[in-house]
Amino acid sequence: MAWTRKDLLSMRELDAGEITLLIDTAASLQEIASRDIKKVPALRGKTVVNLFYESSTRTRTSFEIAGKWLSADVINFSASGSSSSKGESFIDTAKNIAAMSPDVVVVRHSSAGAADLLARTLSCSIVNAGDGAHEHPTQALLDLLTIREKKGHFEGLHVAIVGDVAHSRVARSDLHGMRKLGMTVTVAGPPTLIPPYVQELGAKVSYRLEDAIGDVDVIMMLRLQQERMDAGLIPSLREYAHYWGLTLDKLAKHARPDVLIMHPGPVNRGIELAPEVADGPYSVILDQVSRGVAVRMGVLLLLAGRKGGDHA
Amino acid sequence: MSLLIRGGRVIDPANNVDTVQDVLIEDGKVARLGRSLEAPPGVELVDAAGKVVCPGFIDMHVHLREPGQEYKETVATGTRAAAAGGFTAVCCMANTHPVNDNGAVTDYILAKARVEGVVRVYPIGAVTRNLRGEELAELAELAESGCVAFSDDGKCVMNAGLYRHAMEYTLPFGAPIISHAEDSNLSGGASINEGVVSTELGLPGQPAAAEDVMVARDILLAELTGAHVHIAHASTAGTVRLVRDAKARGIRVTAEVTPHHLILTEDAVRSWDANTKMAPPLRTKRDVEALIEGLADGTIDCIATDHAPHALSEKEGEYDHAAFGIVGLETAVAVLLDRLVRQGHVPLATLIARWSRDPARLLNLPGGTLSVGAPADVTILDLDAETIVDPSRFHSRSRNTPFGGWQLRGGPWMTVVGGAIARAVKK
Repeated sequence: MAWTRKDLLSMRELDAGEITLLIDTAASLQEIASRDIKKVPALRGKTVVNLFYESSTRTRTSFEIAGKWLSADVINFSASGSSSSKGESFIDTAKNIAAMSPDVVVVRHSSAGAADLLARTLSCSIVNAGDGAHEHPTQALLDLLTIREKKGHFEGLHVAIVGDVAHSRVARSDLHGMRKLGMTVTVAGPPTLIPPYVQELGAKVSYRLEDAIGDVDVIMMLRLQQERMDAGLIPSLREYAHYWGLTLDKLAKHARPDVLIMHPGPVNRGIELAPEVADGPYSVILDQVSRGVAVRMGVLLLLAGRKGGDHA
Repeated sequence: MSLLIRGGRVIDPANNVDTVQDVLIEDGKVARLGRSLEAPPGVELVDAAGKVVCPGFIDMHVHLREPGQEYKETVATGTRAAAAGGFTAVCCMANTHPVNDNGAVTDYILAKARVEGVVRVYPIGAVTRNLRGEELAELAELAESGCVAFSDDGKCVMNAGLYRHAMEYTLPFGAPIISHAEDSNLSGGASINEGVVSTELGLPGQPAAAEDVMVARDILLAELTGAHVHIAHASTAGTVRLVRDAKARGIRVTAEVTPHHLILTEDAVRSWDANTKMAPPLRTKRDVEALIEGLADGTIDCIATDHAPHALSEKEGEYDHAAFGIVGLETAVAVLLDRLVRQGHVPLATLIARWSRDPARLLNLPGGTLSVGAPADVTILDLDAETIVDPSRFHSRSRNTPFGGWQLRGGPWMTVVGGAIARAVKK
């Protein structure tokens, strides 16, 4: 199977074959991280622009390292240090960057649909690195790669995605990707943080943490943001942590012994995850981060290599 | 000056007329109707054989943007768009800059309309000063200056006590209060409907209840005050049900619906095209069905475009940052003739009534009929005209439509205002 898309915008638009190709490609590139000289010439002469309109540590760094290990020229553009602070529109900024002939633009933006907008406007490849609460496909891919490495397969696995599902692009991308690969997904959280009609996207819904984590292979904990309390969606962080925070005690009582604990980061220690859980034996949170670089190498390679550029 | 419109199928719902006959217009008024009328000397002839001759269409909800936002639209361009779209009169909303919340602004709009207007222009005055929802605008002066209704359209007057006073204060003027029914706490100003599409796209949604709650409140206030409340751009099944029940109980409530809420659903948002973003948002299939049913049975009194011009730069960026609203004047008639009438959802005579007789009645406007002596405002339709919507050819200054490229059958053919031809597509 060959990659044919110009862009990577969402997990929803991909089929199982495409997802598998992306994960396989990433898996094959993982060993670069353990080399003494972490560089292959695959994308020499290609330019990757990280266009970040929202703060990000993990994702931007991950794309930057991925591009550099593949020998691409990687340029970071963040909204604060750019002309967007002088009132230039997103579209104008993007067109200006496109005029400098990048091969791939990686975009992170607080508006849902921003990556799709760029893909329609620019002729270069676009990678969605998170658009509002819509999607974050490379996060889902690295989650999937991590799960496959730890569990050996996808079919039949059951995942609980717990927390602020309503505002989570990771939850949406994970849900689509996991469902397409034959996994069962339960989303869990207080009803105010569960998006309406999410069952129609193929998810089961639970309003009790103890029920949700009972019979699952993977627990994906989501970050709870302070804004949700200000918006009247939850009464307090204290109450949220009490009922929805994952502790060793709850895990021991309700979860299976071989369960994986995942989190897209950044973790609110003591809110959604007790520190002992985040650092504990169930946790694969740092594995996710290192798989992230491999996944982004794979994505950049498939997109930039699509035009017949030289391969590794 | 006189005009003889010959051989058209005249549909005049106010008089229960649907027959092929001629219409003679003299001195800006309908002079005679009948078969094979003799042409007086010097009369201008219009061969309307095969066409449908209707009372002039009135669009009771448009934004002409003048004064203040002439880069989006002006009285001149907006009324040209109206004429091109088959409308002989428009009512323009108060959210201009400055807001039409005093007689001087009303005077300005009417002066512009006299000089540059191609169709009749009826201003709608603000309910509250600067649309802030805090204190009443000078409602009596607005009425005296020529405002035909009052509305803070674009915003909902959240203060029920103040709104009640507005309804009471305007009772003597015989002009309705038009409600933009949107509880801003429930809607949160969200870009789209709350539903499966908002969940899938990760865009904040506003529930149908944000509209229904306010419609229910305004019906109760109409009952309390005896005022005539008109619900702008009904978009939900709940609104249809509430208005139907209120009418059955004798409360003075009326409602309008836009073409886009009759035709499109939230599914259109999946394109990420900001021309699917308006307030209220596109809803579900169930809502569309209820709106069509309400339009057919008279629960919904009229169709209005909510013509809301915006510059390209306000619509081309991020979806959640884009302006709310779409233009409608130049697509409304063709879209509904094709998608509602031709597909059998609503009879032609009903569509015509909801665009002429009914808005004229509810706003006490002249026109809305082709009775002898009525103003000679006439909309002539060509039910067979094949068009492809081409926004680049709009007369409006703005192009923000979700209907670009649509292939439609049937549309406006000629617009006659006060006995003069405002626009002919072809003759």
